[in-house]
Amino acid sequence: MTITVKLFAILREQAGVSSLPLDVPEHSTVDAALQQLVNAHPALIQLLPKSACAVNQAYSSRQTLLKQGDELALIPPVSGG
Amino acid sequence: MTDWIELSPAPLSITAVSDFATDPMAGGIDIFLGTTRGEKNLAGQDLIALDYEAYSEMALAQMRDLASRARLRWPILKLVLLHRTGRVAIGDPSVIIAVATAHRAASFEACRWIIDTLKTEVAVWKKEVWADGSTSWVAGHAMILP
Repeated sequence: MTITVKLFAILREQAGVSSLPLDVPEHSTVDAALQQLVNAHPALIQLLPKSACAVNQAYSSRQTLLKQGDELALIPPVSGG
Repeated sequence: MTDWIELSPAPLSITAVSDFATDPMAGGIDIFLGTTRGEKNLAGQDLIALDYEAYSEMALAQMRDLASRARLRWPILKLVLLHRTGRVAIGDPSVIIAVATAHRAASFEACRWIIDTLKTEVAVWKKEVWADGSTSWVAGHAMILP
């Protein structure tokens, strides 16, 4: 199945891309998708432990199961305001 | 009862905010402006602006959720929560919050809670732009989930 990965701020700059499709096995967890993402974009590994994940615009744990068409966003430490 | 909540690439108008927040039942309207503060970095460069980036769909949903949570805690008459995206020059507001309540204590408390919570939760990032053209992402608040 295919999900869309979205990257923001420093992660977007490190990967050089803001959005990318990722083919993952059925019933993959967020964690498994992140492993695949890091293999394709090793620069992301440094900030990954400090980043949160959001599935379809809601903060989600790394054990969350993904579905076809989900939007998985990596949220580096936020600095709004 | 409807709140004004917006992510905006355009400059924020304080007058429009205070007009919106005005309410005949209000005894206090607390308005908070978060502004770009002039700074020097370790290389002696002056800050010229902050560049804001948002995960727009999520940030807007989070801002609406903040407003709902504030309304559960305080008896709010009017609520405004605006956040900039794009470049914000020194002295200009990147965020404006207005809370109108019957008595002032609640408006101060709600306004402060909204800005404090926004800074730790909402999917927005800022990058410092220095006079020599160099840039640096501001170290933010990490939200670690299991």
